[in-house]
Amino acid sequence: MVTIPLTTDFFTNNDSCMRDFIRFIIKYHFAILFLIIEVVSLLLVVNYNAYQRSTFLSSANAVTGGILKRYNTGSEYLMLREINEDLARENAYLRSRLPESYRASKDYFNMVHDSLNMQEYVYRSARVINNSTNRRFNYVTLNKGRLNGIEPEMGVISNKGAVGIVKNVSNHYATVISIINTRLKISAKLKESDFFGSLEWDGTSYQHVSLLDIPRHAKVNVGDLVVTSGYSSIFPEDIQLGSVESVKLDKGASFYRIKVKLSVDFKNLAFVEVIGHTSRDEQIKLEKETEDD
Amino acid sequence: MINYLPRYLFNFVFFTLVQVLVLNNIQLSGFVNPYLYIIFIITLPFEIPGWLLLLFGFSSGMIIDIFSNTPGMHASATVFMSFVRPYVLRLFAPRDEYQPGTLPTMGYYGIGWFLRYSAILVFAHHLFLFFIEVFSVTHFFSTLVRVFTSMLLTILLIVIAQLFSQGKKQGR
Repeated sequence: MVTIPLTTDFFTNNDSCMRDFIRFIIKYHFAILFLIIEVVSLLLVVNYNAYQRSTFLSSANAVTGGILKRYNTGSEYLMLREINEDLARENAYLRSRLPESYRASKDYFNMVHDSLNMQEYVYRSARVINNSTNRRFNYVTLNKGRLNGIEPEMGVISNKGAVGIVKNVSNHYATVISIINTRLKISAKLKESDFFGSLEWDGTSYQHVSLLDIPRHAKVNVGDLVVTSGYSSIFPEDIQLGSVESVKLDKGASFYRIKVKLSVDFKNLAFVEVIGHTSRDEQIKLEKETEDD
Repeated sequence: MINYLPRYLFNFVFFTLVQVLVLNNIQLSGFVNPYLYIIFIITLPFEIPGWLLLLFGFSSGMIIDIFSNTPGMHASATVFMSFVRPYVLRLFAPRDEYQPGTLPTMGYYGIGWFLRYSAILVFAHHLFLFFIEVFSVTHFFSTLVRVFTSMLLTILLIVIAQLFSQGKKQGR
């Protein structure tokens, strides 16, 4: 016969308060311990919702990051074909942007030594080593970190469009809040009409997001391109986000309800580029000064 | 009890790795996410003391959490499941009680008993997990659908895993 240990009775005579108390604890130690551990775990959950995640418990952590990276080098073999195709496509695209592929016109030649027109955005390539699409809060982990010049709040794009925003960085890894994370809002606009709104994920389909705050007097057609607005100083203007799939206008509502199909396939993400904005600090400082006035 | 140690250590590492490296990466239509790692808690010996059970529950959940960036979510669900386990075991105790030297597995107590026992635990775990994840009751029914669809797949995987480990033990 096996008895399943739940309670233990050590003390049978109870003469003092203290002894009663100890007896109580021993008798119900299982339930008490359960409550303590459960409260600790729930505190973790709530803290995580309220504040930034501690870097220690994320996949930017060196140990788990290392394991995931090693796993990824294996799993990438299976996707080599698609990755090659993506890279080839991107090569073709870049080659088409080379000066050689434009018709040379020497009639108008214009050279300015201009210290104002400096490079504004710097792109760094990185590899995705962890990714999720099935949760409400989805994150992507990259194989580059602070030592490679990646910092929080940088934009991340793939060759098909925007992916997300860097959240935490460690020395060699970075985690990115992807667009399909209910905590992220991105400033977006309609490419045709320049009306801007915010892009949010409702947590259901990994291929669709909603575009909010487009006023009813704007003209929206199915198939219109949705691109980044460039207001946030995180993404440059006109990075592709997706295209309008359906438009709804409720009676009496002043804003459209627009469903956008994302151009990036989050289930097939291998190489991305992290965008650094060289004069971002300057812009933010100026904006902050203006707000403080 | 100490004889079980290597076997459970292996179970723990193996099922955690399967969960993190394989199951967390397959998503069927966004509604079905199997969580096989809880089989470790389900098959722990009958005699395990309550506090150890809770600590095992917490640590196995926490490790999954660390890998999937969700501190506390899996931990709270597995701790809840570990808390429920002794009561469920008592509820389904056979007439002549559990025999010493046996484990709560399909090999010892048959598929019918094991399905009932694991279904309740898996349900407790998934219900807790998915509602903590959503953290509201606004999507009550869609969450409930997720609980049940994922539960079916988890139980299926657990039974398959049991069939594989059954080979070396004597049947009932």
